[in-house]
Amino acid sequence: MTLAGPLAGRLAASVRRHFGPDARVVDLEALSGGASADTWRFDVVTGEIRRPLILQYSTGTEQFESSLERSLQGKVQAAAHEAGLPVAEVLFLLDEADALGDGYVMSRIEGETLGTRIHKLAEYAAARAMLTRQCGETLARLHGLDPKKLPTLPVRGAADSLATLRAIFRRSAADLAVFELALQWLEDHVPAPVAPRLVHGDFRLGNLIVGPEGLRAVVDWEMAHLGDPAEDFGWISVPSWRFGRLEQEVGGFGTLDELACAYRAAGGDIDLGRVRFWQVLGALKWGLVCRFFAVKHLAGDVRHIERAVIGRRTSETELDLLTLIEGG
Amino acid sequence: MPIEYPSALELLEAAEEFLRKDVLDKLEGAQRYHLQVALNALAIVARELALGAQLEAEESARLAELVGPTGPACEANQVLCAKIRARELTWRDAKLMRHLFATALGKMSIDNPRYATYLRATSPK
Repeated sequence: MTLAGPLAGRLAASVRRHFGPDARVVDLEALSGGASADTWRFDVVTGEIRRPLILQYSTGTEQFESSLERSLQGKVQAAAHEAGLPVAEVLFLLDEADALGDGYVMSRIEGETLGTRIHKLAEYAAARAMLTRQCGETLARLHGLDPKKLPTLPVRGAADSLATLRAIFRRSAADLAVFELALQWLEDHVPAPVAPRLVHGDFRLGNLIVGPEGLRAVVDWEMAHLGDPAEDFGWISVPSWRFGRLEQEVGGFGTLDELACAYRAAGGDIDLGRVRFWQVLGALKWGLVCRFFAVKHLAGDVRHIERAVIGRRTSETELDLLTLIEGG
Repeated sequence: MPIEYPSALELLEAAEEFLRKDVLDKLEGAQRYHLQVALNALAIVARELALGAQLEAEESARLAELVGPTGPACEANQVLCAKIRARELTWRDAKLMRHLFATALGKMSIDNPRYATYLRATSPK
């Protein structure tokens, strides 16, 4: 990472300003947290105290769709933390004096995020058994936050999200009959508008930090917006996120009925009839993201074998879309 | 003499075998993972060499039935997309759905025959 050089120096200065003149940055390391994540882990040592931290900042990489500015992301995350949700504490937002651009520093919560490991390893057996209930409770509290007490967020309902995906697909000029069909089906099944609530927007395995005892934290708030709570139900149950366990619709670890049951027990109100629309929209979105990565690779913007191969995962979403549309 | 011995598929298999048997275990971390991704890419190409022509012929035949005679498969597919966009064909159309399922299953048999939705769709009931 070419940024590590100037980044290290600027971060050291920023840390001295925020934690005192004798605070030092140690063990600075880039985290491979997905293509759009510009995330670094480091510790701040002040005398005897060692703080495990995360820097999340923007390097201006082109994204699939518009996401929140990092500073706004930090503010939403801070609001969720203050409301008592399982979310890392935001310690400070970067400002001009930090010379690091748009971003924030938060406390680091250790744990596992890789879905394959959470599913396979014996040490997460108890966590797997609890995860659906914990996700239901967390979503109920997240969707229950008063939008008036949150920073100003974009409002995106079902019709808006559909229009965005349609525009992205049209721009790609790809001849994918299944995607055309999915758009058509979505147009015929737009759920009635609801009062907009806080929606995480990327709530799935990969963005959940899990320990042997269960859910520790929800990360990656860059897609947060005000919208339909059923969107979070749909996204976590997109077949691509089920890790081969199709019957366990929720991330491969629970059913939608179980999720809804925990959600309602925690005070949430959900009509599962709204979820299929968001599953189809989510599968279509993931299919377009797969294609987006391959296009970036072929255009030479970011050449990488992983991005080339992910392009062929588009067909997985085609089969998933047809299955969902047929009611499977 | 045509260039055919060893065949493209056989050459690909030789390269794949070398990388998997002689190189993979010498790597670790991100490099090892990325070689596995690269081996997966080679496996996709091998399956496409073996199955692609047959699947494309079948797709063309189905497309001709759906949208009438046009040019090659990619052209007929463009016509099909336009018809769906114009709602001349819809998700309620059983013949269209059968075609799209068959095409998607064909692609999956090349791209990722271990995908759960594919295994469920193709397993004997």
